[in-house]
Amino acid sequence: MTTIIDSFGKAFFLILNLDRELLGIIFLSIKVSGTALVVATLTGLPIGALLGFKKFSLKGLIISILNTFMGLPPVVVGLFVYLLLSRSGPLGFMGLLYSPTAMIIAQTILAFPIVTSLSHSAIVNVDPVIRQAAMTLGATPSQVSFAIVSEARYGIMSGIIAGFGRVMAEVGAILIVGGNIAGYTRVMTTTIALETDKGNFELALALGIILLTISLIINAVLHLVQKKGMVRKNRWV
Amino acid sequence: MGLTIKISDIWKEYDGNPVLKDCSVSFEKSGIYVLMGHNGSGKSTFLRICSLLEEPEKGEVNYFSGQELMKKDMGLKRRITLVLPGVGIFNATVSSNMAYGLRIRGLDNKEISERVDRYLDLLGLFHKREQNALTLSSGERQRLGIARAMVIEPDILFLDEPTASVDLGNSEIIEEMILNMKKKGQPTVIITTHDVSQAHRLADSLLTLKEGRIVSYE
Repeated sequence: MTTIIDSFGKAFFLILNLDRELLGIIFLSIKVSGTALVVATLTGLPIGALLGFKKFSLKGLIISILNTFMGLPPVVVGLFVYLLLSRSGPLGFMGLLYSPTAMIIAQTILAFPIVTSLSHSAIVNVDPVIRQAAMTLGATPSQVSFAIVSEARYGIMSGIIAGFGRVMAEVGAILIVGGNIAGYTRVMTTTIALETDKGNFELALALGIILLTISLIINAVLHLVQKKGMVRKNRWV
Repeated sequence: MGLTIKISDIWKEYDGNPVLKDCSVSFEKSGIYVLMGHNGSGKSTFLRICSLLEEPEKGEVNYFSGQELMKKDMGLKRRITLVLPGVGIFNATVSSNMAYGLRIRGLDNKEISERVDRYLDLLGLFHKREQNALTLSSGERQRLGIARAMVIEPDILFLDEPTASVDLGNSEIIEEMILNMKKKGQPTVIITTHDVSQAHRLADSLLTLKEGRIVSYE
């Protein structure tokens, strides 16, 4: 209990003193996870929509694979990206291993199936009468699709939030492909793992508290955007 | 120029079960056509095919402007509209729902605003314009569905059982809306109902469907 209380104190001390190293770690964590989430959303949402709207062979197989990949073990993804980016790997010439870019690639792979699968699920669960209503009001096929995606917006947003939770808390993949290099690829989760290994539980716990607080703030902001989005959507101009 | 419809020998089946059997009819004058029949007689399917939402297995639905046969393109589809029994209200405000058909037609904001307010006023839902439409009662939603179709000022308005799931008060308001359209002579309304007295109150022409066939047209 004392350790936990001390850790809270230490967390506040670190934040209030604007420790440069800590701030660097926090910003890199947000940058890596944020970029991965944006890339996963920009690719996953259109693919999820395509899976929802189009009928084609192998569609069921693709959905099953996506659902399976939602639970991909991060260390397996880390290993896969490592093998791709290592000097002897097919993309080794790019020299990306142990860089923030490698970490973004690994986290994008982790977030992509979640965003895609939950977007697809949100879209197919829109009441079919919405599609017909848009059609009867004179919507073109693309306007009908947009109306359905618009109706699915809260489900899609949930997928993005779930994807964010996945990448922000992830440690296995980025540790393998990032290497936890101080001042370059060290992020909050890898620092927590390192400090725990060193027996520096207070700092590790303090970082854990900061990580949770940041996650809480970002999720709260996303929730507000979701609510604000609804109000904006509700206006017709 | 207004639209007329000629339906020739349409046949429709679901899973091998015929729902419409060689139905032929023309809607050539403006006014209110009421299509009567028991549940399962094929009324809704007939309306969905007439409004080009579905294709028949056999037969043809042709639209004419004067003597000119119309192509079944987006231009024609935007001159007709169907209000489904479930309506299909969007998760947005009443105003936003009303404006949808106008917005996708590219009307300017001023005209959208003017038309939406006018029809909301007519509908008696002006005071609820900023309310989320999903919070309306089922009767209000049905009225909104009809107003959302009316606001685009179609040539032909199809209404599938518009009063089937609403209370008496809302049913009277909806009938009044339809009778107002009748007074103005615009648009042509083709409506299904299984309520005989309602059919006689509204109809200029009355059709009866029985087991997928048109058995009377008066």
